[in-house]
Amino acid sequence: MSNNQSVGISIKNVGLSFGDTEVLKGVNLEIKPGEFFAFLGPSGSGKSTLLRAIAGFGPTPTGQILIGDTDVTSMQPWQRNVGMVFQNYALWPHMTVQENVAFGLEERKVPKSEIAVKVQQALELVDLANLSNRRPSELSGGQQQRIALARTVVVEPKVLLLDEPLSNLDANLRVQMRRDILKLQQKLGLTTIFVTHDQEEANTTADRMAVLSNGVIQQVGAPMDLYDAPVNRFVANFIGSANIIDGSIANDAAGNTTRFVSDQGLSLDLTTPASGKVSLIFRPQNTFLLGDQDTVDNGIRLSGHIVYREFLGSLIRYGIDVQGHLLSVDEMHSIGKTHRNVNDKVSLGVCHDQAVVVNQ
Amino acid sequence: MPSNTSTRKGIFRLDFKSMQSIKWGPGIVASLIGLFLLIVLVMPVAKVMYVAFQDPDSGALTINNFIDFFNAALFRESFVNSFYVASMSVVFATLIAMPLAYFTTRFNFAGSTLIQTLGMIPLIMPPFVGAVAMQLFFGGNGSVNLLLDDYFGFTVPFMEGLNGVILVQSVHFFPFILINLSASLNNIDRSMEEAALNLGSSGMRLFRRIVFPLAMPGYIAGASLVFLKVFDDLGTPLLLNVNNMLAPQAYLRISSVGISDPIGYVISVILVLFSLFSMWVSFLAMKDKDYATSQKGGGGLLRRDLKKGEKIGCYAVITIILLFVLAPHTALGLLSVATVWSYSPLPDGYTFDHYVEVFETANQFITNTLLYAGLAGLIDIVLGTAIAYIVWRTDIWGRKALDLVAMGALAIPGVVIGIGYLRMFYDVNLPFSDEPMATWWGIMVIALAVRRLPYALRACVAALQQVSLSLEEAAESLGASKWGTIRRVVVPLMSGGILAGFVTSFATAAVELSATIMLVAKEGDAPLAYGIYVFMQSAAGRGPGAALGIIAVVIVGLGTYASHVIIERTKKTNGLK
Repeated sequence: MSNNQSVGISIKNVGLSFGDTEVLKGVNLEIKPGEFFAFLGPSGSGKSTLLRAIAGFGPTPTGQILIGDTDVTSMQPWQRNVGMVFQNYALWPHMTVQENVAFGLEERKVPKSEIAVKVQQALELVDLANLSNRRPSELSGGQQQRIALARTVVVEPKVLLLDEPLSNLDANLRVQMRRDILKLQQKLGLTTIFVTHDQEEANTTADRMAVLSNGVIQQVGAPMDLYDAPVNRFVANFIGSANIIDGSIANDAAGNTTRFVSDQGLSLDLTTPASGKVSLIFRPQNTFLLGDQDTVDNGIRLSGHIVYREFLGSLIRYGIDVQGHLLSVDEMHSIGKTHRNVNDKVSLGVCHDQAVVVNQ
Repeated sequence: MPSNTSTRKGIFRLDFKSMQSIKWGPGIVASLIGLFLLIVLVMPVAKVMYVAFQDPDSGALTINNFIDFFNAALFRESFVNSFYVASMSVVFATLIAMPLAYFTTRFNFAGSTLIQTLGMIPLIMPPFVGAVAMQLFFGGNGSVNLLLDDYFGFTVPFMEGLNGVILVQSVHFFPFILINLSASLNNIDRSMEEAALNLGSSGMRLFRRIVFPLAMPGYIAGASLVFLKVFDDLGTPLLLNVNNMLAPQAYLRISSVGISDPIGYVISVILVLFSLFSMWVSFLAMKDKDYATSQKGGGGLLRRDLKKGEKIGCYAVITIILLFVLAPHTALGLLSVATVWSYSPLPDGYTFDHYVEVFETANQFITNTLLYAGLAGLIDIVLGTAIAYIVWRTDIWGRKALDLVAMGALAIPGVVIGIGYLRMFYDVNLPFSDEPMATWWGIMVIALAVRRLPYALRACVAALQQVSLSLEEAAESLGASKWGTIRRVVVPLMSGGILAGFVTSFATAAVELSATIMLVAKEGDAPLAYGIYVFMQSAAGRGPGAALGIIAVVIVGLGTYASHVIIERTKKTNGLK
């Protein structure tokens, strides 16, 4: 398996409609060569549609799609040389593993002797060289997945597209497979797009990712950047859990600290350039239950009472009513630790550098 | 799991607990049904098979009858002809169905509903009914050939000898193949095709390597059933005067030489063996081959729009097929209102006299049919519901065998049932009378019921499976007995499916010929199909015969429509998808 000269993907102002329904709206994206890139979003967000548009399936989109320097927007799927792995693997049941993997090479008129060698290499790459004579129906889900991968990489495509490849596998198999896929991608250096609705998969594998909602890209960046600095409520809520307080900000004349007033009348001093209608966002695990004497340096202090307490194994989640806002606090759990009770009055603290303010 | 007295597994699990369960109600019912099927299905067929191996004089077991059969040129020819006709019918039915299936599954084709309707039209006319009418259109001196000869100077032997049978059967059976092919193509997981496109394949190569192999099993399953039906069919060759085929030969031997003639039995054995073989092929084709997987976005091939030129081509093909499909109905209709029609493209004059004649002098055919088919339908749904419940809701010993035997009637051609009943019941007298059972009109009702039972049973099973077990359990937990639950919960919820099953049984029994033609003792007892046969034997009778044929078509058409409406309405009221 030679290392491809990897190419980037440019998506310029792409829109796509099924009949009257607009499914993708004004999508702009640059994917760097060799990147492992994830499309993340809920069902119906358009992530699979976007992936399939890159592969050439579905209605022709408006805008431009470039793979490397080639404009593929109006090219047929079989002319694009992109490799796609389908959610249900799509192995042909009437062919053996060997014949499945050899298919793409046969279509490219590669000589028979060379096909045999390449198929063997591809199967070894996914550790299934001994199964070449089996039929797909005789393989487990994980094995079928790997054969589907082998079938795609054997033709040395320019890019690799994976449409929710792990959704049909058992939970424990998923963890192993996503590591294997990442290893394979790093070895081959292929630019790869991975579609998923599971944020854990995206967080653990992607170099960068795009979060989609309703056909619009919400934010693009590295997983940690999206987690720490979401640009809107959707991203904050979709990735991890978040405490969100909606309100508005009026800057004072000096423009330094600003007064934030929530929709329920909660009043806070914040340091932020944002103004107008905003949301204050901070994570449950960065919010602390304070003792009566504790102060918060350079942060926010809130008071309320506990409405619920949930035991989640590694942590205890408290739901706290703060002037009409329901906020969560996650505390690490350990043996013998004392816990608060429902209806207790408590104070919460969040440091300013752990809180984000976004425009609504 | 009880008892160390369990011996073999499967249908005949012989343990104490199962045998105990025979004590209660359904057990008795199952035994009675089993006995009934034994008498009216298993024994007659077994008798026929046995007699084929008996020397007609001494009664000793021998294979001489089979040797005699294959030694005679006529019978060898009949065997080959039946095989040839059945195969060619499948081929031509496929040729008609294939482009239509392709249009509807590959393209966004506006004429899809037209094709669906096209596919329903042949099904409402049994092939033998249209056969004589087809002669008038396509025969040597038929309309088409007369016109061809006048304008172009040549004729096409559409209806000559075996060709006539093949043409009539192909036009009648292509909907089976069409439905079958469309379903197979629509069942293919779309990602199969997309994966191939993604890897560089397209057009004919893709069709040959991916689409065709994946559609094949479904097609073979359907095609082998069509083969079976054509192979066993008696009516069409008989009405076209094609006697050198197996089924007509069996009928002729028995009716002219007598019920002791071994040839009829030998042919019966051959027919049954081939039927079983075809069903086995059909079963094998679909075994282990679940090519349809669930996938978001639905199944079926990728569709594209038609270009202008392609659209014209499609409609041209459809028009040609439409002409052939409507031919039997049109010809029959014309014949039923024609004064004289021979050696001319169209009838010389028109009249309603034939209908008048039918209603005045021959209306016993219609009334008999309504009576027989009605009774047969009733028997079928009672048996069907009972068997469905016993097989799917109880654990009575031997219930799987009951299911198997009831469905087994599919493999028995009508001719064989007829011969079997004649043989078995000729020496048996009706209770309280001197009449042999074989000449009693009721024997025809039983034959019709037995032949239609598999279809009614399937309808009842489907209806039962729509009724969730929890609905029964809820009734029982509130105090209802088994019988009370069945009466007040299960059967009412099944009623739509049962009614549809009745209507289908009725409509198809109304035009059955193969078994009834052997069992008709006097013309006064004869049903529609027999009446058509008798009328068509003479030139003067063709008009009234056609009128009867139209009536038959109307009955079947109304039945099919009613069944469809009932099923749709039941789905809505029961909130089922």
